[in-house]
Amino acid sequence: MISIENVSKWYGQFQVLNACSTAVRKGEVVVVCGPSGSGKSTLIKTVNGLEAFQQGEIRIGGTSVDAPNTDLSKLRSHVGMVFQHFELFPHLSILDNLTLAQLKVLGRNKDEAADKGLRLLERVGLKAHAGKFPIQLSGGQQQRVAIARSLAMDPVAMLFDEPTSALDPEMINEVLDVMVELAQEGMTMMCVTHEMGFAKKVAHRVIFMDHGQIVEDERKDEFFANPKSERARDFLAKILH
Amino acid sequence: MSYAFDFSDLSQYADVLLHGVVVTLGLTGVSTVLGGALGVVGAALVLRGPAWLRWLIAAYIELIRNTPFIVQLFFVFFGLPSLGIQMGEIEAALLAMTVNLAAYAIEIVRAGIESVKHGQYQAALSLGLSGRQAFRYVVLPQALAAVFPALLSQVMIVMLGSAVVSQISVQDLTYAANFIQSRNFRSFECYIAITAIYLVMAILLRRLCNGLGSGLFAGQKR
Ligand SMILES: Nc1ncnc2c1ncn2[C@@H]1O[C@H](COP(=O)(O)OP(=O)(O)O)[C@@H](O)[C@H]1O
Ligand SMILES: [Mg+2]
Repeated sequence: MISIENVSKWYGQFQVLNACSTAVRKGEVVVVCGPSGSGKSTLIKTVNGLEAFQQGEIRIGGTSVDAPNTDLSKLRSHVGMVFQHFELFPHLSILDNLTLAQLKVLGRNKDEAADKGLRLLERVGLKAHAGKFPIQLSGGQQQRVAIARSLAMDPVAMLFDEPTSALDPEMINEVLDVMVELAQEGMTMMCVTHEMGFAKKVAHRVIFMDHGQIVEDERKDEFFANPKSERARDFLAKILH
Repeated sequence: MSYAFDFSDLSQYADVLLHGVVVTLGLTGVSTVLGGALGVVGAALVLRGPAWLRWLIAAYIELIRNTPFIVQLFFVFFGLPSLGIQMGEIEAALLAMTVNLAAYAIEIVRAGIESVKHGQYQAALSLGLSGRQAFRYVVLPQALAAVFPALLSQVMIVMLGSAVVSQISVQDLTYAANFIQSRNFRSFECYIAITAIYLVMAILLRRLCNGLGSGLFAGQKR
């Protein structure tokens, strides 16, 4: 579904991504972890072309992300992305947040889009808030709306960039629950997260990054049982206390 | 020292005053729409356009912000005909007001756009919106909401500043006062009257726009 081959990226002299290669198969859940500044956000944003890269190739369902003839908007409309800071549109109601791209990108009509939006809000337990504005919701609720907003586009894969790290602890689980459910339904997911409980529960593979490199790319059990590199061991020790 | 006020015969000039009000409001309205639209387009170009265009717009903004409005007006009305560009006084006033407002509006809207977090733009793109759609539906509404008070102030400045268009014989509110006092020689009363009218117009317009604004931008008190 997603293939990342030898991707490198520089900011001037500074190399953020160093020959990263991996793949996410259909229905697979891959967790990406690693210390802050290791390039996780940058990597995941190269997947849907939000960040450009100088070397290598990324393909989604066979379509190259940075080929000149690729319709990037169309490609992105098939790949959901959930951000650390939710990024709901503050000037639109919750329902309008869910319908905007359905109307403007997919060309659905108003009723269709609202219908879909409401069904997804119901699914994340927030149908009653459809008419509110984002600022009136808690962080956890906003992030659930953000997930529903992505799902409204019927994505073939979902990307998450630390979806729970900006949340108060008591709100983390309500968001993780939605993600777990998605994973169990067979959604293809690439998740940057340090929630190792989530990883243990639903991930198929875990990628560990450091200094712009993919240091480990292992099956989940393998990764937790005996991480090969020193750096991953240290990281796990810190994060699991 | 005593002055005997006499407003009695002002009433017979009510239609002249009303005509002046209509002209002043009309000029302000049209230049606000045109200047505002140019402000949005200009701001987008300043942030995204080719270098030469950015430079050109920056020069235009400097030129307008550092010269008196009345000079800009005279330049349009008395200067441009030398280049063969002839226009009536209303058109000249509209052009000068629009060009003036647009320069300030570009700066204000640009600041508004820059105040919108980059993540908002990324989120819009990630949903498949094109860059243009992301700007139009996500960034711009937030930018305008953020700078609405500043834009409104600028419109007020333009409206009040438009009094000088009477200098090129546009029959605005100030022109009406000049006209009336040249007939009835009651200049004090005349200027008291139009001062009051300007004041009421400005206050009402500000109220109206603020009301409109908070309706339009509901839900995003940030
Ligand atoms: N626009 C940028 N310009 C220069 N350096 C950047 C930019 N964005 C990110 N970086 C740097 O790239 C590195 C990786 O960033 P990021 O992908 O956000 O890391 P992570 O998500 O793993 O914390 C960091 O060292 C960060 O400082
Ligand atoms: Mg990050």
